[in-house]
Amino acid sequence: MAERISAADVAHVAHLARLKVSEEEIALFAAQLGAVLEHAADVAALDTAGVPPTAHPLPVRNVLRADEERPSLDRQTVLDQAPRAEDDRFRVPRILGEAP
Amino acid sequence: MSGGWETVVGLEVHAELRTVTKLFCGCRNEFGAEPNTLVCPVCLGLPGSLPVLNRMAVELAMRVGLALHCEVRPSVFHRKNYFYPDMPKDYQISQYDEPINVGGWLELPDGHRVGIVRAHLEEDTGKITHVGGGGRIHEAAHSLVDYNRAGVPLLEIVSEPDLRSGEQARAYVAELRAILVATGASDGKMEEGSLRVDANVSVRPEGASEYGTRCEIKNLNSLRSLGRAIDHEAARQIELLEAGERIRMETRHWNEAAGHTVSGRTKEQSEDYRYFPEPDLVPVAPDDDWLAAVSASLPVLPAERRDRLAEAAGVAAGDVAVLVEMGLDDLVLGAIGAGADPRVAVNRAANEVAANLEAAAKLTVGAFAELVRMEAAGELTATQAKQVLAAMLESGGKPADIARARGFEALAADALTPVVEQVVADNPDAFERFKAGDPKIQGFLVGQVMKATKGNADGGRVVAELRRLAGLG
Repeated sequence: MAERISAADVAHVAHLARLKVSEEEIALFAAQLGAVLEHAADVAALDTAGVPPTAHPLPVRNVLRADEERPSLDRQTVLDQAPRAEDDRFRVPRILGEAP
Repeated sequence: MSGGWETVVGLEVHAELRTVTKLFCGCRNEFGAEPNTLVCPVCLGLPGSLPVLNRMAVELAMRVGLALHCEVRPSVFHRKNYFYPDMPKDYQISQYDEPINVGGWLELPDGHRVGIVRAHLEEDTGKITHVGGGGRIHEAAHSLVDYNRAGVPLLEIVSEPDLRSGEQARAYVAELRAILVATGASDGKMEEGSLRVDANVSVRPEGASEYGTRCEIKNLNSLRSLGRAIDHEAARQIELLEAGERIRMETRHWNEAAGHTVSGRTKEQSEDYRYFPEPDLVPVAPDDDWLAAVSASLPVLPAERRDRLAEAAGVAAGDVAVLVEMGLDDLVLGAIGAGADPRVAVNRAANEVAANLEAAAKLTVGAFAELVRMEAAGELTATQAKQVLAAMLESGGKPADIARARGFEALAADALTPVVEQVVADNPDAFERFKAGDPKIQGFLVGQVMKATKGNADGGRVVAELRRLAGLG
């Protein structure tokens, strides 16, 4: 089986998902993810030129709700679930970098 | 642009849609509520919660799309994945490669057309406050998050790079805002963040067909900031290029107080947001009936209102843009329709009525038309008409009653003639000079007539009368 995904790819994906992985895990996941991609390659081998992409497995469209208010949650209950809160807001650690 | 350079600008405008509730949940969409009081499992991204699309948000997006001459298409929502505490889910639901509106245009009051690439739906993010370090992100000790705004429906409207100056960009945003307000899609309040603008700015040698390297400017909170920031950024880029340096693709932030942009994040690598279709939402595909109903519900848009008024008043569309912007076009059109003189109607609306816009709502078309008629017929002088109109705006009432109460009794044509004749008889030398064509003496003679009539004569008619007596008219 040709290498479908490199160790560098695995490390990059892990970084994007903010996952800490060891060298051993990278090798393990590269092999496992490679097997998944191998399976996907079977589909890629088919001629799908005339087949529209599937956005959703169910043949359903336009699931909509009326623009009507529903009760929100109690603020104290919500903030009590957070690791830290301050001044009626969620307190988060110092942010490095700008919003996307 | 000066010195052989051309500025090229494309704008991304984010408009908060005026729905009752958020895009995917029933929490109220409201500015200025107590922090974290408009949150629920969906907009907090709690496990097991599922989004359901708000029909009205889709409809408002369609209205704007149709008003911008876009094609309204079947569309799909994607997840844009990133780690930043403004979204508790760690992704933003947005439209990616299949947006609801594509390929339209917007026409500026001067007739210039700006292409629209797309206008797609997405959810707004929460609001972050940085604590410590003077509120600056890099020196802050920690940050606080309010999720009331998370999940509020946004329409992101992306223009083609068809704008060529800060002034033109301002005109584009002003027109887009007018369309958003007219369609009921947004309140358009830049100061409350309902309308947020990012500008992609580059420069190139005049006549070049390739675009230069662009910078994205953020933090443009007013039309004034937008115009200034673009002109400043273009000048900065030109200076760099003329010094033989190159432009770095980056995000820059406008500092209104300092009057310049400062460097933010470099964009040399495109962001890796790992977009993928949102599995919890199905595609939205408005059918022909829905599209037709939305199309039929569209109001008359600003461009058409300008054309309509310009045609009725016999002036250029650009000249009535301000009247349309202030919502006075129906008043003027009504008056013209009732037989009022178009020129006088436009002048009085653009001056006296515009000066007291809050009161304009209670000014009836009938009363305004009557005032314009009285002025045009010479029953009131321009000065008197202005005073009567100001009084009508201040405290209501009919123009004829106000004019009478103020002693502005009409100085009919037959009453004016004897007064002018008397002035001519009292000032024979001056009248001889007038007859000889001395332009300076006219003001003196008119002044004498005004004095004799306590200002109740119309200047134009006095001159006409003088010319008639002098055998000039």
